[in-house]
Amino acid sequence: MSPTQWDLPPELCCRPMAFVALTGLDVVYNAIHRAIWDAFCANRRADRVPISFKVLPGDHEYPKCRTKRTSYEWYIPKGILKTGWMNKHLNLVPALVVLFYELDWDEAQWKEKQSECATKVEIVRTSLQGRNTKVAVVLIQKKTPLPPGEDVVASERAASLCNACDLSGKSLFVLPHTDHLVGYIIRLENAFYEHAQTYYYTEIRRVKSHKEFLNKTTHQLLFVRHQFKIAFFSELKQDTQNALKYYRTAYTLVHELRAHETNILEIKTMAGFINYKICRLCFQHNTPLDAIAQFRKHIDLCKKKIGSAELAFEHTAWMSKQFQSFGDLFDEAIKLGLTAIQTQNPGFYYQQGAYYAQERKQQAVQLCGQEPSVGYPNPDPLETPTGALDFYGQRAWRQGHQSIDPPDPEKEKGGIRALQVKEREVLHSELIIHLLSNAVAQFKKYKCPRMKSHLMVQMGEEYYHAKDYTKALKLLDYVMCDYRTERWWTLLTSILSTALKCSYLMAQVKDYITYALELVGRASTLRDEQKSRIEKNLIKVLMNEVPEAEPDCDAAAAKAAHGLWGDRVALAGSNEFTIEVQDYVPFIQCKAKFLCPSFHVDNPVELHVYLRADCPHPVRFSKLCVSLSNQEYNQYCVVEGPCLEPSAQENMCLVPGKTRKYAFKFVARTEDVGKKVEITGVDLMLGNESGRCVFLNWRGGGGDAASSHEALQATRSFKRRGRLPEKLVEWDMVSIQASTMIISRVPRMSVQLHHEPPALNNEVYCMTVTVLSQEATVVKDVKLTAGLKPGQDANLTQATHVTLSASEMSDDSHPALLPDISVGDLQPGQKVEKPIYIRCVTTGSRIFLFHVSYAVNTTVENKDLLCKCHKDETATIETVIPFEVAVKFVSTKFEHLDRVYVDIPFLLMTDILSASPWPLHLVSSQLQLASSMATVDQPLSQVEQVILETGECASECFCLRCPPILNGTSSVASGQYVISWKRKSACENVPVVLTVVNLPHVLVETIPLYVHAELPSFGRVRESLPVKYHIQNRTSLVQDVEMSVEPSDAFMFSGLKQVRLRILPGTEQEMLYNFYPLMAGYQNLPSLNINLLRFPGINSQLLRRCLPSRIFVKPQGRQADETSIAAA
Amino acid sequence: MAVCIAVIAKENYPLYIRSVPTENELKFHYTVHTSLDVVEEKISAVGKALVDQRELYLGLLYPTEDYKVYGYVTNSKVKFVIVVDSSNTSLRDNEIRSMFRKLHNSFTDVMCNPFYNPGDPIQSKAFDSMVSAMMVQAC
Repeated sequence: MSPTQWDLPPELCCRPMAFVALTGLDVVYNAIHRAIWDAFCANRRADRVPISFKVLPGDHEYPKCRTKRTSYEWYIPKGILKTGWMNKHLNLVPALVVLFYELDWDEAQWKEKQSECATKVEIVRTSLQGRNTKVAVVLIQKKTPLPPGEDVVASERAASLCNACDLSGKSLFVLPHTDHLVGYIIRLENAFYEHAQTYYYTEIRRVKSHKEFLNKTTHQLLFVRHQFKIAFFSELKQDTQNALKYYRTAYTLVHELRAHETNILEIKTMAGFINYKICRLCFQHNTPLDAIAQFRKHIDLCKKKIGSAELAFEHTAWMSKQFQSFGDLFDEAIKLGLTAIQTQNPGFYYQQGAYYAQERKQQAVQLCGQEPSVGYPNPDPLETPTGALDFYGQRAWRQGHQSIDPPDPEKEKGGIRALQVKEREVLHSELIIHLLSNAVAQFKKYKCPRMKSHLMVQMGEEYYHAKDYTKALKLLDYVMCDYRTERWWTLLTSILSTALKCSYLMAQVKDYITYALELVGRASTLRDEQKSRIEKNLIKVLMNEVPEAEPDCDAAAAKAAHGLWGDRVALAGSNEFTIEVQDYVPFIQCKAKFLCPSFHVDNPVELHVYLRADCPHPVRFSKLCVSLSNQEYNQYCVVEGPCLEPSAQENMCLVPGKTRKYAFKFVARTEDVGKKVEITGVDLMLGNESGRCVFLNWRGGGGDAASSHEALQATRSFKRRGRLPEKLVEWDMVSIQASTMIISRVPRMSVQLHHEPPALNNEVYCMTVTVLSQEATVVKDVKLTAGLKPGQDANLTQATHVTLSASEMSDDSHPALLPDISVGDLQPGQKVEKPIYIRCVTTGSRIFLFHVSYAVNTTVENKDLLCKCHKDETATIETVIPFEVAVKFVSTKFEHLDRVYVDIPFLLMTDILSASPWPLHLVSSQLQLASSMATVDQPLSQVEQVILETGECASECFCLRCPPILNGTSSVASGQYVISWKRKSACENVPVVLTVVNLPHVLVETIPLYVHAELPSFGRVRESLPVKYHIQNRTSLVQDVEMSVEPSDAFMFSGLKQVRLRILPGTEQEMLYNFYPLMAGYQNLPSLNINLLRFPGINSQLLRRCLPSRIFVKPQGRQADETSIAAA
Repeated sequence: MAVCIAVIAKENYPLYIRSVPTENELKFHYTVHTSLDVVEEKISAVGKALVDQRELYLGLLYPTEDYKVYGYVTNSKVKFVIVVDSSNTSLRDNEIRSMFRKLHNSFTDVMCNPFYNPGDPIQSKAFDSMVSAMMVQAC
């Protein structure tokens, strides 16, 4: 946008920097000078001193200084601030003029050069006549200077140069152009900066000194001007704290001025300038709250200072600009690190700016009129001799005029008219939209979605006023759905109305219909006559006619639109529209439901579609069709009516407020059994092919943007609706059911299982499945699937085997599930039995599935249907172990053994304890010995053909012996114990189960000496009892054996009481004793102690185990008795 | 006193809006709607800090040039919004609070009505007259 009268001048908005002029530099042709200039102006970052440099020619004419006033007594100021003043001090009057001059200290023609330099300084000084501007000289030298004091010639010549040029020593500088140019330049500019500071300081002093001459009656304007100037110089001096202070004083003073209609614009303009400076400095000082407070105060003070009523738009334009520029300042501060919040961000200021811009536009329309008869006055009262104003905020036709009444009423009128005519040409909408879009960007940033939407609506409306309907529609369409989902119907209606106007004016048929649909519907808060008008228009569009114009449309635009519509109507084709109404709230509501969540395939699927219109007039449709996920069914779900029957006519007419039901029925296909049938959409055709047709499309089972909330409210409602007359349905009570399952026909087949649980581990378990047909007709293709129900623990599959014949059950290759065992056809009432044999290898619980499927012919709705049915039966079967086997090793004396000895016989005892609830038949048992074991005799099964009831135990005993082993002690395998068994109730063909029990390992030990005794089974008191001990040497060494017999009270004995003998390897020694029992009863034999001298570790305890320890001694018998016993 | 009084449902749709008839009703609808931005922000900020001892009165939501918008939110997240003319400087915070309290009491009465279905627009004469009283007062 081009700058307007209301924009703040750029010299006000920039950051004031000390102005230093550089002369004597030839930056075009001299490379050295160019380099120096570049070093000054390139890379001016924040760390360098704030100076604005300019290269000027040596004889540059600076602005002339006006002659200083000595007295203000008769002086009447003409305005507050001259328009050129800020620019003058920023860009025209330097604080310091620097003369660059090439001169080395050892210059041959020193005298001539020195005087030339002095002349140049003089030229500059003359041009600056009357100003306090400082002059400095920089000597550009080729050589690096010596340290100060060392070069005598240099200091001498420097002094003489200063003298010649009338310079102080501080104003003469040397710039050697060597490697460190930038470093020298930075030092130079710091020195310049100091000079500039001093200059501005003296300027401030100078302005301040005027104060004493001023009086409060005639010089009020000057008070403001001087404070402003001091503040501005302070800014140039970079003394922002003082600048702020003086600006604040200036602000107070400007409001103390006598305001009247002729100078109010000037006061406001200056107040605006000073306010801008204050706010800017506050933000710069990081005191944003001060800035905001100042701005609020400023607005409150100026809000009512409207000025001339004929130029009221000037005030609103100015207000708008105030807000905008504050928003800009705020935004700039944020970019520099300030944090704003949701309730205090630049967006509010832009928004308010936009609001004033809107007001300005209205005032402009009211005040400026539209009649072209009011021409622009001639001569142009806004023209000034210089082309610009002398003072800020004054009128061009009476500059400098400060009294209350305008000097010339005629001129005043002309001026106002000129301003009004100019205002007419302003593109207000553009200004408003610019401000609004700024605000939108801010509110988006500060999480105000609703504020953003509101502003976008305003933008859309402004575009509408600016006749940019495409943009308007785009914006409105974008925010519409926010208002719709939040259910703010009043706001939505207002937006829709504007959108409808836009679409009408552009003759956008589809948009027009869409907006009309919603405006007529229940979400719209329009009055009935409005709705009625829109509905009539909608019907016209459907009949391919031109609709009436919307009210409040611009007459010319409406006329143009009428023409556009005419073209549209004439245009053939593209007269079909599909509108997805799911996301709108259209005036026809739709709900579709399947009557049940699932249907058996032999029953027809029933589907109802409910329609209801909310518009003021009845509406007719020409087609209703439902789309289903299987498109084959679509043909059954259509209502179409080119027919002219009155009943059909009525059927297709929706009366407002009445719910109408359309019922559909179809037979599902057998392929869809087990599948879901969904309503993918409902289409309703309005209009007809000859005119224009519009398909309203609901996705799924109907419903729109508002219906879910309405349904929720309906369920909460206390109202229990009274019974309605038949065929009428309460709309709120209808719930959408958009999908249904097709499930198979109910089977008429009985499946029974006969078995004796629990199953025993490893046994072949027999289950008999009885299938009985209860169908009325022949069933075909009966198939049985039996076995482990899928979906259980995966390990069970490996541990379960199912087969049809018991005899086959020999290996583990059988599957866990037998699928599709063909049973054939079944006549009504026919029964089939199938035995299934199952082997469970592990214990635990299993679920078995028996699935019978078959096909049967039925008739549904006069349609033959081959239905597939199936019946499932499951059984949970526990598997338990049939018996427990316990094994132990005992000595021949039935003593428990923890180890056995080589060649010494011992006993293996097995106990089979039945754990089965059913009697077990033990067919046989068998001992399969390992090579490290041998039987003493030929072992035969002792439990053959035994029947074990629950809890009973069958035991066996085998006498075994270990052959010699290599080393002293080792653990050896004993072998296996095999039991063959079946349950007693099992039939003949069921195979016997072999259960193998691994016998435990046993420790075998070799003993060096083996002792066994040979003695009678009993003794008799006082009768000799011969006992022979055999002592065998089992080692390959000669053994020395020490033997002794301990005396006993119960016996007397004869034989060697203590002896030492030597036994050769592998031989045996016999020792004979004659015991003579003294007492009857069980008596301990005199104990035999054997000591091996070579194996001291072998104790006699071990050997003693091989020997009998006691004997039964009978009392002394009498002869007679003996015979009597024999007789008995 | 008040120029617009609104009751907003938990789901942020209006249950009740009334404004002085002399002015543009639509503008107040927008004002109330946009103020929900600040209400939502305040609720979520409070939710983080203290859930139990929540102050129902939210204070001044945001000032516009012409109006001041005050907010209040019940424990069931129903919002009350009162818009007051900016020029009316006599109104103190306490008075606004008491207005909200009155509004809350009256709203509770509406909710206690067994024939009122929560979530439906409020159509109650008692509530209406109470709101009218608040709008007329010292106008």
